[in-house]
Amino acid sequence: MMTGFWTSMRRDLVLANRHKSEWLTALFFFVMVTNLLPLGVGPEVSLLRKIAPGVLWIGALLSTLLGLQRLFSSDHGDGTLEQMALSPVPLAWLVAGKMVTHWLVCGLPVVLMAPLLGIQFDLPTRSLGILVLSLLLGTPILSAVGALGAALTLGLRGGGALLSLLILPLYIPALIFGAGAVEADLAGISPQGHLSLLGALLVLSVFFSPWVTSLALRIALE
Amino acid sequence: MSNSVINWFKYASPATFYPLAGRLVPWFSGLAVLLIAWGLWIGLFVAPTDAQQSEGYRIIFVHVPASWLSMFIYCVMAFWSALGLAFNTRLSGMLTAALAPTGALFAFLSLWTGALWGKPMWGAWWVWDARLTSQLILFFLYLGFIALQSAIDDPRRADRAGALLALVGVVNIPIIYFSVQWWNTLHQGASVSLTKAPSMAHIMLEGMLIMALGFWSYAIAVVLTRVRCIILERELTSEWVKRNAVD
Repeated sequence: MMTGFWTSMRRDLVLANRHKSEWLTALFFFVMVTNLLPLGVGPEVSLLRKIAPGVLWIGALLSTLLGLQRLFSSDHGDGTLEQMALSPVPLAWLVAGKMVTHWLVCGLPVVLMAPLLGIQFDLPTRSLGILVLSLLLGTPILSAVGALGAALTLGLRGGGALLSLLILPLYIPALIFGAGAVEADLAGISPQGHLSLLGALLVLSVFFSPWVTSLALRIALE
Repeated sequence: MSNSVINWFKYASPATFYPLAGRLVPWFSGLAVLLIAWGLWIGLFVAPTDAQQSEGYRIIFVHVPASWLSMFIYCVMAFWSALGLAFNTRLSGMLTAALAPTGALFAFLSLWTGALWGKPMWGAWWVWDARLTSQLILFFLYLGFIALQSAIDDPRRADRAGALLALVGVVNIPIIYFSVQWWNTLHQGASVSLTKAPSMAHIMLEGMLIMALGFWSYAIAVVLTRVRCIILERELTSEWVKRNAVD
């Protein structure tokens, strides 16, 4: 089982390494979106600091959406996914490997880039730490929940727009607690409650998502 | 049904459910018209003016039943989805698909009447508190479900994918229901509960419950009518449709 997980993960990592533009685009998108906002609302520092947690979190949310569509579609196109479903290794483990890879190539770069963008929004150092922590807890939730949406919309007309319609409502709790943690810290309150809830969401989604996603994949492959 | 064992699956077949639904629809439609008329009469003419909120509070006779139903219908959808995934019954998927538009309608009605009430009471059409936001998410979940189902051509896959989505989304229902207790929100706490005496006048409660029953009957009538259409659409080529359903 673990071998299946590692193999699936390594394979996707190699693929991601060969198509660097795919995930670099998502990262660049994150940078672009968050940089557009100050240009839109004006460079007033106090306002920027106020909207920074929300803007950075929404940027992270949207940029993970970009990579999700390709999570299963190319494997679905060339029949690899069917072979995975037929293999003796539980599909949930292979899916888990793909999810972890998605987080490594789409989530982790966002987490690493976030403090830099946070500086542009004039966040204090302590809040930058909380921002990174909340994104570190939160972006795996985005990958886990997003994988389910990708599996449900696999091979459908207008899959991309549909995917965002299905998944964004489910992202809202992560957004509220993630951005809430940073906002609480900015306001001088302890962000611990928000971070604990975010951690609970993380455990729940990472535990259930591979299983539910593999069910959704089997429905799509029928 | 002469044997003593109840055949639970008798009406799980579209062929037997179709005529049953057809017989039930007129009853529930009549009941809905009567109850809603009665409830509105109590709500608009009989119930006394509220001491704090004056006449504006009367919107609760639509708002509260609509909110209840929007949450309840989603639970019913999740129930039929689970049943459909477990037993692989075709009818459950059709029922779920038929429930979704009515649920979305009630969720929208709840948000809309809430906004109409919020303007004079809170001074704002919309506030971002936990209950309003989670109710809005519920509305989005309904829309997502409908969009997913309509994007999939194969009805079997549409049913199963939709069922999975409905089951994942049902996590939101307890969050909406308990949001006024968990978070310190602007939205008032529940006025009606099963465990303690209601915090409102008896006649208001009566009107609200009658309205809720009326909305319930309306929802049942509409959903049964819609499920009959879906059954006909999907079973168009089957023998029993050609034999019976033409009349």
